[in-house]
Amino acid sequence: MLELHSINRSFGARRVLRDVSFTVAGGRMTGFVGGNGAGKTTTMRVILGVLAADSGSVTLDGAPVTAEQRTRFGYMPEERGLYPKMKIAEQIIYLGRLHGMSQTQAKHNTENLLERLGLGERMDDTVETLSLGNQQRAQIAAALVHDPEVLVLDEPFSGLDPIAVEVVLNVLKDFAATGAPVIFSSHQLDIVERLCDDLVVIADGEIRASGSREGLRAQHSLPRFELQVGGDVGWLRDEPGVTVLDFVGGYALFDVDSEATAQRVLQRAIATSTVERFAPQVPSLSQIFKEVIQ
Amino acid sequence: MTRYTTPTLLPATWLVAEREIRMRLRSKSFLVSTGILLLLVVGSIVAMSIFGANQSLPKIAAVGSAVTAVEATEAFDVTEAATVEEAEALVRDESVEAAVVPSEGAVGLTVIGLDEEPRSVVSLLSVAPQVEILEPSDQNPGIVYLVAIAFGALFLSSALTFGMMIAQSVVEEKQTRIVEILMATIPVRALLAGKIVGSSILAFGQIVLIALFAGIGLLATGQNILLGEIGPSIVWFIVFFAAGFVMLAAMFAAAGALVSRQEDMNVTITPITTLLMVPYFLVIFFYDNPLVLAIMSYVPFSAPVGMPLRVFLGLAEWWEPLLSLVILLASTVAIILVGSRIYENGLLRMGAPVKLKDALKA
Repeated sequence: MLELHSINRSFGARRVLRDVSFTVAGGRMTGFVGGNGAGKTTTMRVILGVLAADSGSVTLDGAPVTAEQRTRFGYMPEERGLYPKMKIAEQIIYLGRLHGMSQTQAKHNTENLLERLGLGERMDDTVETLSLGNQQRAQIAAALVHDPEVLVLDEPFSGLDPIAVEVVLNVLKDFAATGAPVIFSSHQLDIVERLCDDLVVIADGEIRASGSREGLRAQHSLPRFELQVGGDVGWLRDEPGVTVLDFVGGYALFDVDSEATAQRVLQRAIATSTVERFAPQVPSLSQIFKEVIQ
Repeated sequence: MTRYTTPTLLPATWLVAEREIRMRLRSKSFLVSTGILLLLVVGSIVAMSIFGANQSLPKIAAVGSAVTAVEATEAFDVTEAATVEEAEALVRDESVEAAVVPSEGAVGLTVIGLDEEPRSVVSLLSVAPQVEILEPSDQNPGIVYLVAIAFGALFLSSALTFGMMIAQSVVEEKQTRIVEILMATIPVRALLAGKIVGSSILAFGQIVLIALFAGIGLLATGQNILLGEIGPSIVWFIVFFAAGFVMLAAMFAAAGALVSRQEDMNVTITPITTLLMVPYFLVIFFYDNPLVLAIMSYVPFSAPVGMPLRVFLGLAEWWEPLLSLVILLASTVAIILVGSRIYENGLLRMGAPVKLKDALKA
């Protein structure tokens, strides 16, 4: 489990991170979302030790992360970078060896990863000949080659087509299943919503929300329901404790003042007509996001 | 799951150095330019020997029994004449320097010249006494000039080639941002050291190769004497170059770390290249000025050119190269310390070229 405790960081007079604290649990995918300039990349660089924090600490399983442990992290920086003139397999093996793998181990892992990422055919091509999407896959292989203890990915899905997203996602999920904490940032909220188990929302250098995806949804869901019946639902307007927000024929969207009111509405609907649908309305991630960053 | 232990400083340095060397050896332009350089060296030595050989064999005409006598010396380009008159005619129309004909005297030969005594021919035919020179005069000034230019040009071109290579490699890593991954993996010191070691090995290898080719070329063309004279200074040149290049490599790496794009590189590289030009031009203009050479041989930037030249000229006491080497090594260490600080601080700063002051401060 990776934890950040009250991290602060300024660049000159500008405070980029303010008391940033959150937890990345092992074996789970944690999505890290925030607008441009919210502090995502800076936070990730602090986790990696590429940037030093002004105050605060990063701990792994309760103990402060050492420089030696950090070298066993896997990192995919926001600005993609590989040597353009080096062959793909060659440079991923090189990065593996810098992490202390033997040539054989590094070669084995590299080939395995590139196969799974769909780059098996291109192993001996130079990076500059790859399309951007394929360079991105190679970059993910570079972050994973040494079986990292913690995986930190800055925007791993940007620039990937939907099929590539699935490919990369499967590789990442397999990796998370080994028990390592995985944190990735993204501004594509629909992807994050689909992929991550936990969520951390940052805005203006402050953590606005963090926790499991379901927990956050429950926490931010309003007592709002949708009702679709065979007949007319005009009666809903007169029901005490109900505020109708939208109303079209047999469809209604409404807020209730209590769970009991919701149950009463459902019973009346069943009694008066056929109920096609009755459901609490769960907020989408982008709704939660908009709400918490304000 | 397997956990790998990151290599310590030395193995990490070596991994980086190995990659630098491997990538450079894969570059066709590097291999071709090295080949051309070696061809130039061998070519100029061969040209020197052909040029020298043509000059050193005087043309003479010989008659009758004199022919065997002069051919035995192997020092002449001999034209056989049937009669003494025919030989004299050849001397008159200046197609030969002199004619050698049989005669009655003690030696049995007469040398016929045109308007003055053909001394070189006479001396080659004479039995010379043992010669001992107490204070040998300076070397042939032409050769001194050539050697001076050779050292100067070699130092300049190697330092520029490999210096630019190291700066480009630093900028490439910054520009492609792979430096972030590298910094998160190995200590920055290992990265810098690996680059310096890698390019120094290449530069050093190239210089040794050139020295070898020059040595073999001199031997093969029979210029043993010149090799004997120039040999020690070549060895000193290699030693000074090794130390001097490491110093320059650290400067080039620091210069590279200050910019984020290849296009901006000139801004920070130019001061160093200018500095490199200085010893080259000094040695061209002042190769025969002992005072300038003496100063050059102690200033770290020009010592790799100045000191070997002074050794060649016999102007340096035995301890002088050693003292100068100590000065050079000390400055190398100092520059590596400053350079690595600039390098570390510059690496993550993207955008406009970083000011030297800021890179030192942070």
